[in-house]
Amino acid sequence: MERIPILRMGNCLLITIQVDMHDRLALALQDDLTAKIYATGAKGVLIDISALEIVDSFMGRMIANMSAMSTILDAQTIVVGMRPAVAITLVELGLELPGVQTALDVERGMHMLRSSLARKR
Amino acid sequence: MTTDAGSKIISARQDELLATWLRSLQSSGASTDRRSTVVQSEQEAREFVKLLAECTGDGYTADIGAPNWAPLRNFLEEFSRRRAAQGFAVEITASFIFSFKKALFEVLQTVLGSDPKNLAAQMWTWTEVIDNLGLHTISTYQQSREAVIRRQQDDLLELSTPVIKLWEGVLALPMIGTLDSSRTQVVMETLLQRIVDTGSSIAILDITGVPTVDTLVAQHLMKTVTAIRLMGADCIISGIRPQIAQTIVHLGIDLTGITTKANLADALALAMQRTSGVAAN
Amino acid sequence: MTNNAVVPLHDEQDVVRARQAVRIRMEELKFSLVDQTKMITAASELARNAVIHGGGGQMGIEVLVNGARTGVRLTFEDNGPGIADLALAMTDGWTSGGGLGMGLPGTKRLVNDFHIESAPGQGTRIVIARWK
Repeated sequence: MERIPILRMGNCLLITIQVDMHDRLALALQDDLTAKIYATGAKGVLIDISALEIVDSFMGRMIANMSAMSTILDAQTIVVGMRPAVAITLVELGLELPGVQTALDVERGMHMLRSSLARKR
Repeated sequence: MTTDAGSKIISARQDELLATWLRSLQSSGASTDRRSTVVQSEQEAREFVKLLAECTGDGYTADIGAPNWAPLRNFLEEFSRRRAAQGFAVEITASFIFSFKKALFEVLQTVLGSDPKNLAAQMWTWTEVIDNLGLHTISTYQQSREAVIRRQQDDLLELSTPVIKLWEGVLALPMIGTLDSSRTQVVMETLLQRIVDTGSSIAILDITGVPTVDTLVAQHLMKTVTAIRLMGADCIISGIRPQIAQTIVHLGIDLTGITTKANLADALALAMQRTSGVAAN
Repeated sequence: MTNNAVVPLHDEQDVVRARQAVRIRMEELKFSLVDQTKMITAASELARNAVIHGGGGQMGIEVLVNGARTGVRLTFEDNGPGIADLALAMTDGWTSGGGLGMGLPGTKRLVNDFHIESAPGQGTRIVIARWK
């Protein structure tokens, strides 16, 4: 089974989700992410969903869960690149992903993480 | 009853038919309308007669839905759309086709005058054909007009709610007039797309020009704000009138986390503060 | 124009297939992007429900072109346990992001027509449609 790669950028991790994820793939990603945060001591995580045309309630919960888990492991998490049609649909579904930080794209997300981590020192 | 016999006559006498038809069009004034030139009408008439001769013959019937009629149907659809776009009334457009009957029957009479039974049969068949073609032209015309109206409605919608780039990274949407459900939805979609296209991190929704807001519209506005946040941008609502502030509270809408400002100027000042703050880091 | 079809729903891959099948037809009918996204997401929700809660089932797709109206209708059927309290399942709050429930009220908001039949021991049948 293929696994979604997690890239390291300094003390941050970048995950780019590009495929229609099914259960096992999503759970594998959660495992890999938490393990990698622990192993690298990463302080920031960017989840790039700009390639996703559809985010249903399952996917929405996966994203919210990953964000929550990473935060517990002291890695600030930002979800970037949600498409307009996806945002409209999620809101209609009633999934507002409270507590999940967002940014327009990877560049801005990275910027947010760096500023935030710089302030923490 | 097939169209063979008549078809051969049409083929053989195209020029005569065309001349007779154009004469009657000119005398009825249908071809000297200022919206179309005489040349255009003549070209259209010529094409019609040519296609009519080509599409008939060899046992084909008056059922114009059949495949052999396709070239003529397509021509009529084009013709009809053109007329609709040029603003012609449907009567003038249709009468262009129906007026062909007179010319056709004159020619048929010349050729089949001595054979009344055959003449009658041909006239009946061709009445059916021309009528069906005329009706097809009318229905295409209707569809074209409806499409034009829909486009105009969309244009109006866009014009009445423009998304403006106020500053680098700051968009503003001044909403004016009463908002209804469908309009708010279209506006929301446009705004979200513009946010992505321009890479703006702040969107100001200015509702100074909105006198009242009902439950449905208020919910749509809240959904818009949430969607903007999900995408990674921030939303500021400005210009809330006293009436609307009361409605929001009565409806139990929770505005925590949403910044509101009295007017657009204040909202812009705040937006610039925020964006310059980001740039400075 | 792609025909009507029936997509079996027995595992996660089938859910993905169901989405693709809906997308293809809606693209052919030139639905707007937002409409497509809403309908495909609704299909994903219901397909997943059929697999996870219904013990497997199927999705029927129908392309509807009658006169002026153009639309896509999806019928989800399973022979699972059925929904004990339909009224409760259709109430918001029971499903808000907590992972509980089947997301039915939310799904209903994504489509134009929504019809559900379900009872304990009698499986579930949900029909949804979106019109241009």
